[in-house]
Amino acid sequence: MAAAIKRPGWIRGALGATLGAAFGLALVVVLREISGLSAFQTEQTGYPQVVVPLVTGPLGFLAGFGCFDYWLRWAAGMPTIPEDHSQHGARSWRDYLRFNTDHKVIGIQYICTNFFFFFVSGLMAMLIRAELAQPGTQIVDAATFNGLFSAHAAIMIFVFIVPVFAGIANYVLPLMIGAPDMAFPRLNALSFWMLPIAGLMFVGSFLAPGGAFDAGWTGYAPLSTGAPLGQSFFNLGVQFAGASSIATALNFLVTIITMRAPGMTFWRMPLLVWANLSTSLLVVAATPFIAGAQFMVLFDRALGTQFFQFAGGGDVISYQHIFWFYSHPAVYIMMLPGFGIISEVISIHSRKPIFGYRLMALALIGIVVLSYSVWAHHMFVAGMFSWLRVPMMITTLLIAVPTGIKIFSWLGTLYFGKIHTYSTAMLFALAFIVTFTIGGISGVMLGMVPIDIHVSDTYFIVAHIHFVLFGGSVFTIFAGIYHWFPKMTGRMYDERLGRVHFWGTLVGTWGTFLPMHWVGMDGMPRRVADYAAQFGDWNLLISIFAFILGAVQLVFLYNMVVSWRFGPRAEANPWRGKSIEWQVSSPPPIFNFDEIPRVVGGPYEFGVPGARHAIMGGEAEVAKPEPAAVGSK
Amino acid sequence: MLGATIALTVAISAVMVSIHWNGQEASTAAPKIDELLNVMIVISSFVFSLVMVVLFYALWKFRVKPGDESDGEPIHGNTRLEVAWTVIPTIIVLFGAGYSWAVLHDIEKTDRNPLTVDVFSQQFAWSFGYPGKDNAYSEGELHVPLDRQVHFKMHSLDVIHSFWVPEWRIKKDNVPGITTTAIVTPDRLGAYQLICTELCGFGHSTMRAKVVVERPADFRAWVGGLKREVPPPYLETIRQDTETDPIPVGAGGA
Repeated sequence: MAAAIKRPGWIRGALGATLGAAFGLALVVVLREISGLSAFQTEQTGYPQVVVPLVTGPLGFLAGFGCFDYWLRWAAGMPTIPEDHSQHGARSWRDYLRFNTDHKVIGIQYICTNFFFFFVSGLMAMLIRAELAQPGTQIVDAATFNGLFSAHAAIMIFVFIVPVFAGIANYVLPLMIGAPDMAFPRLNALSFWMLPIAGLMFVGSFLAPGGAFDAGWTGYAPLSTGAPLGQSFFNLGVQFAGASSIATALNFLVTIITMRAPGMTFWRMPLLVWANLSTSLLVVAATPFIAGAQFMVLFDRALGTQFFQFAGGGDVISYQHIFWFYSHPAVYIMMLPGFGIISEVISIHSRKPIFGYRLMALALIGIVVLSYSVWAHHMFVAGMFSWLRVPMMITTLLIAVPTGIKIFSWLGTLYFGKIHTYSTAMLFALAFIVTFTIGGISGVMLGMVPIDIHVSDTYFIVAHIHFVLFGGSVFTIFAGIYHWFPKMTGRMYDERLGRVHFWGTLVGTWGTFLPMHWVGMDGMPRRVADYAAQFGDWNLLISIFAFILGAVQLVFLYNMVVSWRFGPRAEANPWRGKSIEWQVSSPPPIFNFDEIPRVVGGPYEFGVPGARHAIMGGEAEVAKPEPAAVGSK
Repeated sequence: MLGATIALTVAISAVMVSIHWNGQEASTAAPKIDELLNVMIVISSFVFSLVMVVLFYALWKFRVKPGDESDGEPIHGNTRLEVAWTVIPTIIVLFGAGYSWAVLHDIEKTDRNPLTVDVFSQQFAWSFGYPGKDNAYSEGELHVPLDRQVHFKMHSLDVIHSFWVPEWRIKKDNVPGITTTAIVTPDRLGAYQLICTELCGFGHSTMRAKVVVERPADFRAWVGGLKREVPPPYLETIRQDTETDPIPVGAGGA
């Protein structure tokens, strides 16, 4: 037992969590006693005896679990434990349940955790649609309903879409650039372990007195500053998810900039790497803004600060500016990695180089730059200075240009190709182009102030966001999971079940979210537990398709679980890809490469006679002349 | 392929434009916004059709034959094409921005003799103050005269609410601490619904009010018949709320 307590792991983690929470609780009680206050405070915005342990408990868990061991010894001047690689790589399934510094293990940990929360949040969506199937109140009351859609969005955004891309890239990206691991493996592991904490806080808020946070995932003040305790769970959950995101982004930036294999110039990087470079640039600079905004709300609630209380000299609208300064870039954080995945999948399955590779990379950078200058398009009716609407409209519409470039370039890649559609990944990639085009078009319409004035905060918004986040991001996530499933697990998934999942998802997505445009324009506001009877038929239809969409995800789950265990063995390169991750075994060796590969050409040289992307270590040096035009047009 | 694109564009836009997505038009702004929407629907239909035709043609034409393991043609790009699909969309969106700006300018232009109505919102009810008689006041029912520009000066007493009458196509948040303004010229008699569109708590979906557009004489009579006055705390709100942006866009006819 004593040994178990000394060793980093779950037992020490549980102990750390308990001690951390107890310390936080004691801190509150003692300080309040000293100040002559009653030990506990149960105003709905207060509850310091819960809020403080919510910070110290998780930190105690992370410390106990072993996330800081190496650094603490170093910082304290103690002899560090020599790296024996015992924390690196997975030899059994148990290795996935501990502090592990292998980027491949962390990638799997991310993806499994994220999909767990995807299903939790998906169940909430099912409840929401069940309630909305008929006008009136049937299943949940209005307050619970507000909690459900708030938690649904927060979980999907902060613990599914944003981090699952980090998970996929964690696995694939170091392999793609020929690196043995990420630049900071311990930081990488810490980033992952902060994430389930965020997810559990969002889910756990349902147990708080007053119910889950119910001011929407946007948490506009002053509704959020006066809301019950659940709101504080949201404020703190965002901190853990945000810290995780920022640390991962820094890790990706350093890895991509400094750890590329010799010969991999910027113009020889696969587009997935470009996409994660761009995403990370957004995350490191934008995410601190939402962390700040949520801290300010928490302080308004618990410490009596007046950031957003007009009566105390605060400014209500400034919350929205700070919030959207992160949360608009966030939609690109949730889209750019997907663009990267689609580029890989489409190029491989049409056996053709990416059309206009350099412009594709530059378009990503263009989106990064523009996305910092469009946030106030969420606020056209918010009562901000009206002149600001016009420049924000222009930048918003201009962002359609680099996005359009990407769509047209994918079409250019398909054209004159040899298109294979047997892979479910390719089906999702093709469907993504169609669905995302619709989402892009409705986005351009929303960017136009006069149209936005009418449809803002209606179901049109719900339709748009789901077309870009479900038909966009989630389709690319599915494409990525199917595409790299053989690499990650060493097994093949069942294409037949994949196609069932694909068609069900496609029909479900369109059937659910397309009619939402119409009811929104016709006068149905969003975030309502009840609605006018005239929208009843449409909502019933929407709910039916939503249930189809939900049910068909179980096929995906079954396919993944069963194929991972029993699927036929995958070859190293089932899709005949050129990039480096396909040149190592499936799954790759624990340390990725015996010898770092040498990159000698572009990543998409399909059909170019004699072209190579990389020469793997141990391979006999072939003295073939390299083609002159590698990596460029 | 261009032919197919144009045919599809015509077909989609014909259907889409013939449907009145936004419902009834009951203000001078509504037809202008709907026209902008229709123009954008036509342009969007073209873009969508182009993508679909190219995509499905490519899928039909370049789909691999069974057993064919060869690669496609090693085409890395085409500078002319890439410049075209950068420049043309830029022109289209800038046109859209200019057109929207013009419409915005138009619908927020102020008349010389507007009627000012105060809007008060709180969880989960609307109330209104009218000029003319001393602080005439109504709860849950808003009356406005036909064909006269109304400036709604909005005040929230607790959290953010949003004022939306779909038939007017006008929406504006009511923000605690500041006065926001919406400009509407109702041009169709009838009864409509005022809907709160900013999440404001558990009663959000029930926060509605009745809106009546009537002839000016009827309106005067109705206001004259109001018994209640704007409660003092509401008058206090008017006094203390700062008007950060008195007239939207401003440049208008002010």
